[in-house]
Amino acid sequence: MATAVKLYGPPLSAAVSRVLACLLEKDVQFQLIPINLARGEQKKPDYLKLQPFGQVPVFQDESITLFESRAISRYICDKYANQGNKGLFGTNPSEKASIDQWLDAEGQNFNPPTSVLLFQLTLALRMKIKQDENLIKQNEEKLEKVLDVYENRLGESRYLAGDEFTLADLSHLPMTQYLVNACDRGELFTSRKNVGRWWDEISSRETWKKVVEMQNSRPRRSA
Amino acid sequence: MVVKVYGPAFASSKRVIVCLVEKEIKFEVVDIDIFKGEGRSPDYLKLQPFGLLPVIRDGDYTLYESRAIIRYYAEKYKSQGTELFGNTMEEKGKVEQWLEVEAHNFHPPIYTLVAHTVFSSKLGITPDQNVIQENEAKLGKVLDIYEERLSTSKYLAGDFFSLADLSHLPFGHYLINGVGKEYLIRDRKHVSAWWDVISNRPSWKKVIQLFPPPT
Repeated sequence: MATAVKLYGPPLSAAVSRVLACLLEKDVQFQLIPINLARGEQKKPDYLKLQPFGQVPVFQDESITLFESRAISRYICDKYANQGNKGLFGTNPSEKASIDQWLDAEGQNFNPPTSVLLFQLTLALRMKIKQDENLIKQNEEKLEKVLDVYENRLGESRYLAGDEFTLADLSHLPMTQYLVNACDRGELFTSRKNVGRWWDEISSRETWKKVVEMQNSRPRRSA
Repeated sequence: MVVKVYGPAFASSKRVIVCLVEKEIKFEVVDIDIFKGEGRSPDYLKLQPFGLLPVIRDGDYTLYESRAIIRYYAEKYKSQGTELFGNTMEEKGKVEQWLEVEAHNFHPPIYTLVAHTVFSSKLGITPDQNVIQENEAKLGKVLDIYEERLSTSKYLAGDFFSLADLSHLPFGHYLINGVGKEYLIRDRKHVSAWWDVISNRPSWKKVIQLFPPPT
């Protein structure tokens, strides 16, 4: 049966994989439409009509076109509240708010330094841009401070927003996957007992393993 | 029990306060001076472990991240004050989308501009003209997209005022009042009109009057 739900973007993109993980957790059938970033398909006029900032992913169903991976994930949890992982976005307003708090902490505190590190440690080399040692050091320090807060938090509760896996934890999967497996920065996580335990648990989820499989099954292209 | 908002002088706390005013929710404030390091005190870190503003306390309940706080109150008090999340699931989706755009595309460059201009000495930052120019250019590109959007839609998420527009008020205010780059707004006809509409809402005028920014 053809599904109305479409997701545009490559599974290797962190933001795309964030939504993929959410769709899988919520048991939502979808069609993945490839966008070749190396060929600049995200900057073509047809795509810009869907996402004017020229970024991936874009989500479409029968009633909406949406962008911004964390907004898409919230919408999916809202629309498909009664299927799949029902606790993914909490079961009451205070749980939801706690999840929103950690989702925003991810977006505002975790994501910026990890994005810089990912760029400097992998993409810069591929794009033949000189690595900025100062920027790497600065952002490693920023990330260490953030992970210290996480270490404390994850000593008090099993997952970030409480004792269940939620969207807040899910949102950290893509960038952490890269830092651990592609940037040789696993020690940032494994050297912290609680963060290490948390990373093992969330990255071992069947849904995330499936996303990683999707990432690895695409032929790699050089930039 | 009245909700307490920490750090009202500061922009991110104002994001929460203007939402509470729109939703007709009573609140109290607790002054915290980030510039004097009060965000790093052990007592404050118990409430907000990243040492950032704002945090709210609502009885025993504590919540931080201003956009998480405004989502919580917009939902909890849906039946009173201004509707800030739209009226359908799809409208809410659009509000969430543009709230994320504000958080990830608008906020980073404007924050950097404010840090290198208005509050550089308070933050111990030496203003860097290269950084200023780079972020001016970034913000300009973002506002070009806003210009296009606002030429076909009265507000960001649709034809209704929402959390997405509201979220731009605190740092947008600095862009006009302090950063010295007002042209970024004024040179864009639809962005300029939108800014005038949202910043003239009684709620925002009240917030600015009650809680002047730090000098």
